[in-house]
Amino acid sequence: MQEKSKSWLQFLLEVIVLVLLFTLVQYALSAGLVNQSYQITLTSMCINVILAVSLNLINGFTGQLSLGHAGFMAIGAYVSVIITNFMDLPFIAGILGGCLAAGIAGFVVGVPTLRLKGDYLAIATLAFGEIIRVVLQNIDYVNGPAGIMGITKLTTWPWLYWAAIFTILIIVNLMNSSYGRAIVSIREDEVASELMGINTTRYKVLAFVIGAMFAGLAGVLYAHYFYIIRPETFNFLKSFDMLVMVVLGGLGSTTGAIIAAVFITFLTLALQKYAAMRMVIYALTLIIVMIYRPQGLMGNKELSRKTFSGIWGGRK
Amino acid sequence: MISRRNKKLAFLLAMMLVLSIFAGCGGQAGEEEPGGETATIPVGINVELSGAVASYGSNARDGAVLAIEEINAAGGVLGKQLEGLQRDCKSIADEAMSVSAALVGENIVAQIGPLTSGNVAGSTPIMMENKIPLIAPAATAANVTVDEKTGETRGYIFRVCFIDPFQGTLMAQFAAENLEAKTAAIYGDTSSDYAKGLAAYFKETFTEMGGTIVAEEGFVKGDRDFNATLTKIKGSNPDFIYVPGYYEEVAPLIKQARELGITAPIGGGDGWDSPDMISVAGAEALNNTFFTNHYSSQDTDPKVVDFVEAFKAKYNKEPDSFAALGYDCVQLLVQAITEANSTDPQKITDALANIKDFQGVTGKMTIDEQHNPVKAGVIIEFKDGSQTVNTRIQP
Repeated sequence: MQEKSKSWLQFLLEVIVLVLLFTLVQYALSAGLVNQSYQITLTSMCINVILAVSLNLINGFTGQLSLGHAGFMAIGAYVSVIITNFMDLPFIAGILGGCLAAGIAGFVVGVPTLRLKGDYLAIATLAFGEIIRVVLQNIDYVNGPAGIMGITKLTTWPWLYWAAIFTILIIVNLMNSSYGRAIVSIREDEVASELMGINTTRYKVLAFVIGAMFAGLAGVLYAHYFYIIRPETFNFLKSFDMLVMVVLGGLGSTTGAIIAAVFITFLTLALQKYAAMRMVIYALTLIIVMIYRPQGLMGNKELSRKTFSGIWGGRK
Repeated sequence: MISRRNKKLAFLLAMMLVLSIFAGCGGQAGEEEPGGETATIPVGINVELSGAVASYGSNARDGAVLAIEEINAAGGVLGKQLEGLQRDCKSIADEAMSVSAALVGENIVAQIGPLTSGNVAGSTPIMMENKIPLIAPAATAANVTVDEKTGETRGYIFRVCFIDPFQGTLMAQFAAENLEAKTAAIYGDTSSDYAKGLAAYFKETFTEMGGTIVAEEGFVKGDRDFNATLTKIKGSNPDFIYVPGYYEEVAPLIKQARELGITAPIGGGDGWDSPDMISVAGAEALNNTFFTNHYSSQDTDPKVVDFVEAFKAKYNKEPDSFAALGYDCVQLLVQAITEANSTDPQKITDALANIKDFQGVTGKMTIDEQHNPVKAGVIIEFKDGSQTVNTRIQP
């Protein structure tokens, strides 16, 4: 009984911390304490967190190397802009439509390709991302290579913040469920988990579709903040950026993905002034991390309630 | 157990330390007084220094920096020195937006760049919101300065290059008047918006001027064999062939046309501007071919000669169109600051909108109400393997 009330208390505490953080930033924004440059960085940060956490589900937890995440992001972005700007429907319809479309695309791509392994899957997903880009370039309805310009700015701090929290919550809870255990078992040893009676294809597709939906969500938020979307924005380099975040944070660690996403966003901002040295410093940072922490910043560890109670309370 | 706990604690503390560094960055940026009297005039140079179009961006940057140095050496503007703040937008639209926001935080009076239309679009909302003018060196899409939905001009966005379709108009004028062509064939790249725009405006102007289009054909990016279509075009015997596209396809196309015995003059747009044209097509095949461009480093106009000399002395390379356009952006801005007699962004914007007969390296320009420059284009002719300026056409 006591244990139960304790966990409730902890839950309440977490909610309070989350809401407090949200209100704090919201207050700072409305009071004009945050300049435009940091507002944009904050936005990129939330979007990168969603992307990194969702790609980590596919690459880190399920162990399937996907290089097509930007493709799903593009689908989410384009579908939502069609819904909100061409059909004049509310933002929430755009969000749902964008996620759903990306999820469906994830299913369509996932079912045949997830039977492939390792390098082959990487190639297939990379190809998928490029196909999406080329197809978008050839659709006149969305202005082809020139892209859609003048998208209404609908992405605000509450949307960004709660979308990121929602993504993290869903994926953390998924990984703590029996589904999550099955997904991890596939990464550890696919043959063994199949022998244990796990329908590996089903779980792989499940993880892939969820990852794709959140990439779509990131695409929706991106499109409605950055004014213009072009097929070129979502090329394989974008997928590659996300992969860098996941590997830097540690494959299989949600905390790592979040930290890396925040870190890289700030690194990009800090290096803006050093135009010539930017790529060198960026690359050096990655190389140094990979030499000293080949498993990524967090390895496959998580910062959780347990970690904190381990520090403050000494209880395991 | 204790040591493990300490390890975790140490890690947490380290993370906090890292975060506090970023927090420190925040404080600095906020400290600057907006609109305060400064010793220099900060000008943002937000260009692509890395990524897909890094070569365009760095050339334009070189041109702009040269202009700033020349102006500062001559005593600056309104008694103050210009300060160019160079930033890299990585050839990505969202990064261009972020860079613009950071530059606005540094109290720039105007921004030069980015180069491509898409990246300028990324920067646009920030400039509009903060009411600071942006001068684009080479963004050629029509909707950069005009909102297509409402037809309204974007108040703070300017450019110094002519828009894509204008090149088609220019070449049609040149074909009809200078080459006295009565019939023309169009054989353009149908996989690029740029080439399609050129072809459409060429057709419109050419027919308006009394010419007839006898054949309309297309190729797509990556094509290498043009013989079948060229034979067909040869059969319709046009006085002029218009080939809007990029040099990768145009060079072999011209070579094959000459091999088939087509002697008619062939014309195109600035997508032809590459040393590869001569190495692939050959000097002889390129005789009697023309293309429209913003500027030519071979121009004998004294203003151009001076610019090319200064550029070569500083960078030890030939300035291309982007360098010239970047140079003109700064010169145009300086003229606007001088005319406004103020460094207030709003007054500079008003002055920019009313610029008349500004003499730049890329020609004399007047800013129209859509914030496009009305300026001459250069018709460049290939003569025995080198580019020569045939004529300047004022619209």
